Amino acid sequence: MAEPEVTAAGQAAEAVERRVVEIDSHAINFGPQHPAAHGVLRLVLEMDGEVVERADPHVGLLHRGTEKLIEHKSYMQALPYFDRLDYVSPMCEEHAFALATEKLLGIEVPPRAKWIRTLFAEITRVLNHLLNITTYGLDVGAITPVMWGFEEREKLLEFHEAASGARLHANYFRPGGVAKDLPAGLEERIAEWADAFPKLVDDLQTLLTGNRIWKQRTVDIGSIGAEDALAWGFSGPCLRASGVPWDLRRSQPYDMYDQVEFEVPVGRNGDCYDRYLVRMEEMRQSAFIVKQCLARMQPGPVKVQDNKIAPPRRADMKRSMESLIHHFKLYTEGYHVPAGATYTAVESPKGEFGVYLVADGSNRPYRCKIRPTGFAHLQAIEVLSKRHMLADAVAIIGSLDLVFGEVDR
Amino acid sequence: MAEAQGVVDAVAVLAEAVGAIPGVERAVVEIGEVVAHVPRASLLPVMTTLRDDPRFACAQLMDLCGVDWPQRSERFDVVYNLLSIARNHRVRVITTTDDVAPVPSVHRLWPCATWWEREAWDLFGILFAGQPDHRRILTDYGFEGHPLRKDFPLTGYVETRYDEDRKAVVYEPVRLAQDFRDFDFVSPWEGMLTLPGDEKAHAQRATRRTEQG
Repeated sequence: MAEPEVTAAGQAAEAVERRVVEIDSHAINFGPQHPAAHGVLRLVLEMDGEVVERADPHVGLLHRGTEKLIEHKSYMQALPYFDRLDYVSPMCEEHAFALATEKLLGIEVPPRAKWIRTLFAEITRVLNHLLNITTYGLDVGAITPVMWGFEEREKLLEFHEAASGARLHANYFRPGGVAKDLPAGLEERIAEWADAFPKLVDDLQTLLTGNRIWKQRTVDIGSIGAEDALAWGFSGPCLRASGVPWDLRRSQPYDMYDQVEFEVPVGRNGDCYDRYLVRMEEMRQSAFIVKQCLARMQPGPVKVQDNKIAPPRRADMKRSMESLIHHFKLYTEGYHVPAGATYTAVESPKGEFGVYLVADGSNRPYRCKIRPTGFAHLQAIEVLSKRHMLADAVAIIGSLDLVFGEVDR
Repeated sequence: MAEAQGVVDAVAVLAEAVGAIPGVERAVVEIGEVVAHVPRASLLPVMTTLRDDPRFACAQLMDLCGVDWPQRSERFDVVYNLLSIARNHRVRVITTTDDVAPVPSVHRLWPCATWWEREAWDLFGILFAGQPDHRRILTDYGFEGHPLRKDFPLTGYVETRYDEDRKAVVYEPVRLAQDFRDFDFVSPWEGMLTLPGDEKAHAQRATRRTEQG
């Protein structure tokens, strides 16, 4: 047991060389089962006391292999998967796939179908923003907005149900138009709602916009400049909050967006508060677009008049052999899409939602890459939350409007 | 109509300009979208030009993904979808690779490329040179294989469940209650284009199709 001899002088020299630095660093797991994680986000946070030093999001806990499954389905069967990506704004996701397929097929959709799609894309936008803003309020301690917002969401989901038969997973926008025409009386109900809705936005605003606690929690939290936001692939309200006036509905219009008037709200500071303000204003603009759609919609066909792509009417199938054959062929084999590739993007409520669709001439997509919006936003969380408090990380996650069905696919 | 013609012209001009960048193999317009094929070796200089040259100004990398073509010797396409908000256009850059040759990483040009590249590695097994964070991203911790390759079965190889006896989540080889069915809709009337003894009619049909399309 001969210990190496340590002289007093040697000890002193060692003490001079070796510097002891005390750091209060520890890693914590935020999620995957945390109510403020908005789903199944596992965020590994390296903390210095209560300050976030490094944030490492682990995603994929909700990965369902959507892209692989779509490769084994016909185009018609692939569409419902899009509802299940971003289940808060289902119709906008369908919109991207429908537009991409139509582009490859080279078909033009009748005007009424375009108006209906524009109308419901905007209703979906309001649905999404209501959920985001109110649950975001809940994350930072405001309880009332969620009560008001969800009541309004329920009305909108009734419109979804009236049009498509389903509250959430609509499967309504199809390549070639929409599944069926609006039922009688729905247009009037939507018009009534669109007149009353701005009042609710005003009320919601009195709860949050000037609220001292709300502002303390969001102003100057998680700010990102325009250049950084572009480099990190931001889009939608998050990009506009940083002062970039970019909206696909305006700059690369699809369906009837070039026919309607609306304003694109732009923020200045790119912080959580601006992202909230942009969404609030977008809801007002959406209600305005909804009114214009209703005013300009004319009766007419709601899908292409080609039974090789759009199914025939059920009444026809009882009488016409050809319709019956078309129906059978469509729902077993589906339609063949000419070989080619397209990247088609729409302005979903969260930002740019894109579909890179590669067709090989068969009845199934060869490759269907889904460009989720939240994926790019979530990646920047490390930059956004650096040197912020832990509680601010929650506010930042809320302000990015993440839905993990979409991020994880 | 004149406006639509203007858009078509602008896309053609853009494709020509992209094709003139040194290192671009060829740039074409496909269904109104500019597609540039770039060999792996010149990917980084071309991407830098696309980002920094004011004629292209592609400040955003919106999407990066792989496409698997197993019959080719370089089986993977790596597809970059770039967006310029200053000039309101999109450029698609496609490069090819196989499962061993790495593609130069573009994360220094667009920091958001890191996750897209991790995803391409995870789902296809595409390697990216210079990417410091090469972890998997979407699949499970400890997952083996690259699920979006065409030779990866839809059902996967393992399934997972909670084992009550062992009080743990266990992985087991996947067991199917019935055989996996993948319906083949190529009808013999459409699929067999050349019936024996019918070669002449088929040749005529093929020439007619090329004339039309």
